[in-house]
Amino acid sequence: MWFLCVFYHRLLDYRRPEVESLAELFGAFGGGVGEESSSTRSLEWKLPDSHHLDSPFHFVSFPSEEIARNVANRSILVKGLYELWGQGSSYEELEKAIKEFPDERKLPYLLSESSFRITVDSFGKVISFKEQNERIQGLSYIPFKGRVDLRKPDHKFWLIETDDYGSTNGLPPVVQRTVFFGREVGAADRKLLPTYQLKSRKYLGPTAMDAEIAFLMANQGLAQPGKLVYDPFVGTGSILVAAAHFGALTMGADIDIRVVRDGRGPNCNVWSNFEQYNLPMPISLLRADNNMPPWRPGLTEVFDAIICDPPYGVRAGGRKSGGRKLLKGLVAPYSVPQEKRVDHIPSTAPYSLAECVHDLFDLSAKMLMIGGRLVFFYPVVRDENSINVQFPEHPCFTLIASCEQILSLRYSRYLLTMVKTGVYTEEIKESAMKMHLDFKENHLKWLEDGNLHSAVFSPADSQEVPDGKPKFDRDSKPKYRGKYV
Amino acid sequence: MRLLTHNMLSSNVKGVVDGFPLRLEAEKWVEKEVELNVDFLRHIFHKIEWKALAGAARAVGYGELPDEADAAMLDAEDFLRRFHHALLEIHVEEGALVCPDTGRRFPINKGIPNMLLNEDEI
Repeated sequence: MWFLCVFYHRLLDYRRPEVESLAELFGAFGGGVGEESSSTRSLEWKLPDSHHLDSPFHFVSFPSEEIARNVANRSILVKGLYELWGQGSSYEELEKAIKEFPDERKLPYLLSESSFRITVDSFGKVISFKEQNERIQGLSYIPFKGRVDLRKPDHKFWLIETDDYGSTNGLPPVVQRTVFFGREVGAADRKLLPTYQLKSRKYLGPTAMDAEIAFLMANQGLAQPGKLVYDPFVGTGSILVAAAHFGALTMGADIDIRVVRDGRGPNCNVWSNFEQYNLPMPISLLRADNNMPPWRPGLTEVFDAIICDPPYGVRAGGRKSGGRKLLKGLVAPYSVPQEKRVDHIPSTAPYSLAECVHDLFDLSAKMLMIGGRLVFFYPVVRDENSINVQFPEHPCFTLIASCEQILSLRYSRYLLTMVKTGVYTEEIKESAMKMHLDFKENHLKWLEDGNLHSAVFSPADSQEVPDGKPKFDRDSKPKYRGKYV
Repeated sequence: MRLLTHNMLSSNVKGVVDGFPLRLEAEKWVEKEVELNVDFLRHIFHKIEWKALAGAARAVGYGELPDEADAAMLDAEDFLRRFHHALLEIHVEEGALVCPDTGRRFPINKGIPNMLLNEDEI
């Protein structure tokens, strides 16, 4: 069944992957989650004639209206999924299309005992209240028998209009005016976002994940009741809060004991962030080093998803165990005197992103269920080479989505979603190490300690290219801003 | 720290071959009700080292788990409840996890086990 899918005009790269993930979650592809095919199957999509890929208007096919409703209601970026009754480039064409739409699909929603509402919406233009009313009056050829109820109607109808315009207003170009009319099947619950917004969160760190993105990450990770989600860089728990909202059981680890154990006092810590929203507490929080995870050797395939934002050294740098310099007069190996062991604070060393991602892969390959998902952010310096971004790879994982979010002129981050499609073995571990070293050698000089930070923060004049033009020429930016939204 | 976590952790001090199970020395623990999820229990059962769980449960005064368990027992509601209680409803607030090999103590404060190693243990 085809539906009109109207997106919010933001986080453009994240929109289709979110719908794909939720389709998987709600069984659009049949069978259970977890077969190898889960990395290859996808929904069928179409664009309205003459619409840009970044347009908010898409068509998508689901096996049933119920699945479509579940997907839309759980999503963050779907403004609405609609059963399309008609579309046209003018109101005359729209009328013709609606009249041709079969009665047996219209009449059940027009009955006298039901209530309804028509909303006029637009994209890229403003329609005054008076015009909206006129548009609604113009639909009198549809035999509405029900009662109008603006608050809680049984059926919601939408009339959505978008004009033809060039690309000068920062919106994706539309060649032809289009008017859609449809019955709403489901829509995102954006009320979640003010509820969970960071500014009302009790315990915050410098890199707490924005609520909207955290929900998108939880959706990419297929968080749901009975599933176990792990975040190895848990911090203040902002990603796990989103996963817990969707009913998942959560676990988190962090190398910084002050963050996970103490917070800012008894009522302002990671636990209180869950309490604040009446969410179940994490199954466990612990202090551990991602570089040397303390999981028992025989334990494998226990997590359903690993969702995290690794430290990439722009706003916060990674740390791992080690790095202690010997005090004067002492000889290696370093040792901690017996009487000082109790409250000893072990030293830490910088943890480069390349190494961090390698450890994350190794942990995930071992600890995720087959079909489980690894969802994490990966930073990329934006320059002329960033057209073909090379993402890190692992033999156990298949990349199914990469969603760019531009953070500044200089760098952006990609949300990578990977499915575990291969079983972890010692041989895999070794070949992954080779892949990692190779990747580090060829692609990732800037992932080494400090390079990304300096690429992001160094003054503009140090970034000039040989011919004297600054690397980032503001005027050269195309008028259509795409992923900036 | 709940006993599920205890069941997943081992001592990774350098040179330790078998750091599991960690001996649980609980000084303070509380019980909090958690909603029972049968699907989760059935799934996680196969990942649990039963002897270690039963031993840890006894260390916090819960002796209601059998010494041995197999998947067939998951059909009994009574067993599920005990398994659920031991695994998820007992929170160790203060205490330590002790490496069976070296005696290294990993402290548990405010419910958080500190698994970070010292410089001479890595």
